[in-house]
Amino acid sequence: MPKRHFLRGLRDGFPIGLGYFAVSFGLGISCRAANLTAFQGFLLSFLNNASAGEYGGITIIASDSGFLIMAAMMLVVNARYMLMSCALSQHLSPDTPLIFRLIIGYDLTDELFGIAISQPGYLNVWYYIGAMCAAMPCWSAGTVIGVLLGNLMPVWAVSGFSVMLFGMFIAIIVPMGKRDRVVLGCITVSFLLGWLASVLPVLRELSEGTRILILTIVISAAAAVLFPQKEETIEGEAVEEEVRGV
Amino acid sequence: MKTYLYILVMAATTYLIRVLPLTLIRKPIRSVFLRSFLFYVPYVTLSVMTFPAIMNATQSPIAGAAAMVIGIIAAWCGLGLLPVSLICCASVIALEFFIV
Repeated sequence: MPKRHFLRGLRDGFPIGLGYFAVSFGLGISCRAANLTAFQGFLLSFLNNASAGEYGGITIIASDSGFLIMAAMMLVVNARYMLMSCALSQHLSPDTPLIFRLIIGYDLTDELFGIAISQPGYLNVWYYIGAMCAAMPCWSAGTVIGVLLGNLMPVWAVSGFSVMLFGMFIAIIVPMGKRDRVVLGCITVSFLLGWLASVLPVLRELSEGTRILILTIVISAAAAVLFPQKEETIEGEAVEEEVRGV
Repeated sequence: MKTYLYILVMAATTYLIRVLPLTLIRKPIRSVFLRSFLFYVPYVTLSVMTFPAIMNATQSPIAGAAAMVIGIIAAWCGLGLLPVSLICCASVIALEFFIV
C-alpha cells in the first residue's frame, strides 16, 4: 500500500517543511547579499537541500574562491551526510531498487534522516518520498521568497531574518554539546579559533569559505585523534544495533 | 554564468556524497579515526560558520553576538530548531531598535 505510507510521510514531513521555510528564507537573504538572483537561489536550494552546505557555498560564490575549493568545501561541510547515508543503507531492505536509493539520496537531510531512522524495521521508501514531497517545496520556496522579499524588507527585518539560519545552527550544536563534553569543547574551541582566524594577519586574508574549510578539518581531526569516539556513541553503529534488534 | 557553474559543482558533489554510500557501501566504516572525524565534523563546521559570521550578518555586531548568546541559552533549555531561530530573530530586531 504505497499510498498509505506516502500520506503518512507527507504528514510527518509537513512540520519539517514549515521549519525549512523559515530557515531557507534566511538563506535567501544570504543569497541576495551575495548577489544571487531569485532563480539562482531556487536552483541552489532545489539542487542542494542542505542548510550549512548552501551557506558555505554562498560564501565561496561571494568570494569567488574557485571550483576546487567549492568541491572541497561541500565534501567537508556535507561529510555528515556520508555517515547518514551509510547508516540509512542499513535501514533499507536489501532488495530496494536502485532508483529508490537514488531518490532518497537526493533529499537526505538531517531532519528527514531523523524521522526515517525513527521508523521501526526497514524503511518504507514511499514514506520517505512522502516526507520529501512535503519538505522540499518549502525549502526551495523559502529561499526564493527570501531573495525576492529581501529587497522589499526594511533593514531591521533583514537583520533579524538573517540570523535565523545561525539560530538553527545553534539549535543543532547546543543539545549535542550538552550531552557530550568533547563536543562542547569542540564548539568552544571552534568559536575561539574562528574568531582568531578572522582577526590574525595572513589567516585574515583568506576567504571566509576557505577559513571555514581549514578550521573544520583541523579541529575535527584533532578531536578525532585526541578523543576517538567509542563505537556505540556513533550514529551509524547505534542504527546498526537497532536494526539487528528488530 | 560562473554562479551557475558553482551551483552545479555544489549540487554534483553534495549528491555524490549522499548517494554513493546509500548505493555502494553495504558495510559500515571501520576506521575509528574516520568515524570519529565524521562524528565531530557537523558540530565543528556549524560552530565555525556561526561565529564570528553572526556578528557581520546584523547592522550592529553587538546585536548579533547577543542573539547568539540568547540562542545558546534557549537551545540549552531544550527549545527546537524553529523556536531558537525565531528567538534569535526577535532578539536582533529588539536590540537594534535601541542600538542603531
